[in-house]
Amino acid sequence: MALLSKANQEALVGPLNLNNPVVVQVLGICSALAVTAQLEPAIVMGLSVTIITAFSNLIISLIRNSIPNRIRIIVQLVVVAALVTIVSQVLKAFAYDVSVQLSVYVGLIITNCILMGRLEAFAMMNKPWPSFLDGIGNGIGYAIILIIVGFVRELLGAGTLLGFQIIPDWCYEHGYVNNGMMTMPAMSLIIVGCVIWAHRAYNKELQ
Amino acid sequence: MEHLISLFVRSIFVDNMIFAFFLGMCSYLAVSKTVKTALGLGVAVTFVLLITVPVDYLLQQYVLGPNCLVEGVDLSFLSFILFIAVIAAIVQLVEMIVERFSPSLYAALGIFLPLIAVNCAIMGASLFMQQRVTMPDTNSQAILSIWDSIAYALGSGIGWLLAITCLAAIREKMAYTDVPRPLQGLGITFITVGLMAMAFMCFSGLNL
Repeated sequence: MALLSKANQEALVGPLNLNNPVVVQVLGICSALAVTAQLEPAIVMGLSVTIITAFSNLIISLIRNSIPNRIRIIVQLVVVAALVTIVSQVLKAFAYDVSVQLSVYVGLIITNCILMGRLEAFAMMNKPWPSFLDGIGNGIGYAIILIIVGFVRELLGAGTLLGFQIIPDWCYEHGYVNNGMMTMPAMSLIIVGCVIWAHRAYNKELQ
Repeated sequence: MEHLISLFVRSIFVDNMIFAFFLGMCSYLAVSKTVKTALGLGVAVTFVLLITVPVDYLLQQYVLGPNCLVEGVDLSFLSFILFIAVIAAIVQLVEMIVERFSPSLYAALGIFLPLIAVNCAIMGASLFMQQRVTMPDTNSQAILSIWDSIAYALGSGIGWLLAITCLAAIREKMAYTDVPRPLQGLGITFITVGLMAMAFMCFSGLNL
């Protein structure tokens, strides 16, 4: 079996566009909306979810034949919870400011539907390597949406990106004002709505 | 008493699970097509919250907190695993009890009951409770006793119920409107929820 056969490529690339976890499968919306007021937490969150999806897919896929069917949800939750605990401790140690900004949403990766969805739909039935690729693909598909939303919200809401000022001072001198509304939770819903709109207008077969 | 009422009202309107924190969004979007099922899921979520948050509060206070089990040991890094185990166990228990004593309610809730275990609203409420336990007692959001945690759980559940019922009612009406094709379904639902969240923002100054 080639490492990147056609089926494996599909598992990796599919979730980036036509099978995107957020805008097509509607999974993992909670955190996608809540952590995107700025770009930096959005990137960190996307990265954490990618790592956790990839490794939980890998682990569950390795032990899939020895999990009794009746208690599989609990086994999956324990594996995911252990990985999330590790990521949360690493974030606290090396990126404390971001982990404070993300607050409970790091813990909520456990109940992120992307994880459970991919474990149930893919890792329980596939070999470890394709499952790992599927996890990475879905994590990156999720991260892309987070980064788009975070980019728009931070640029229009605060005039900065990753904390650096983007909109020059002379714009403010001529009366440009940051749109404070963008930093409010409500706008992230509307921006995700618009992303879905654009995505479906572009990919006609999804309508 | 005032603190209890304030906590209860604030967790319904100001710290609404859906509109302020986006918790439980997946099932919120998936199950809000008709008012009847939305109401059923809302009641189930409220019920599970009402049991899990006080239980997790007791665990936090007597097992996980600093110096609880062993002097000088802080076990709070275990909270994710312990909380999710408690939630999964209680959901399983509630499912069995409802099946035994009220088969009609069990049939009405159907698949939603087991799915509540992975609803972020349940886990989120426990994690927010864990944050609020350490707040100073002058803060109106602080959870200082088991009664506070019950009031918080009930308020959060009712807030969630309110949000999902409102959205389901709007979506039932929206079925008759002419929405641009790429925006139909998911897109317009997101924008509707965004507008509802904006409306709920006017409660943000509310303080009893």
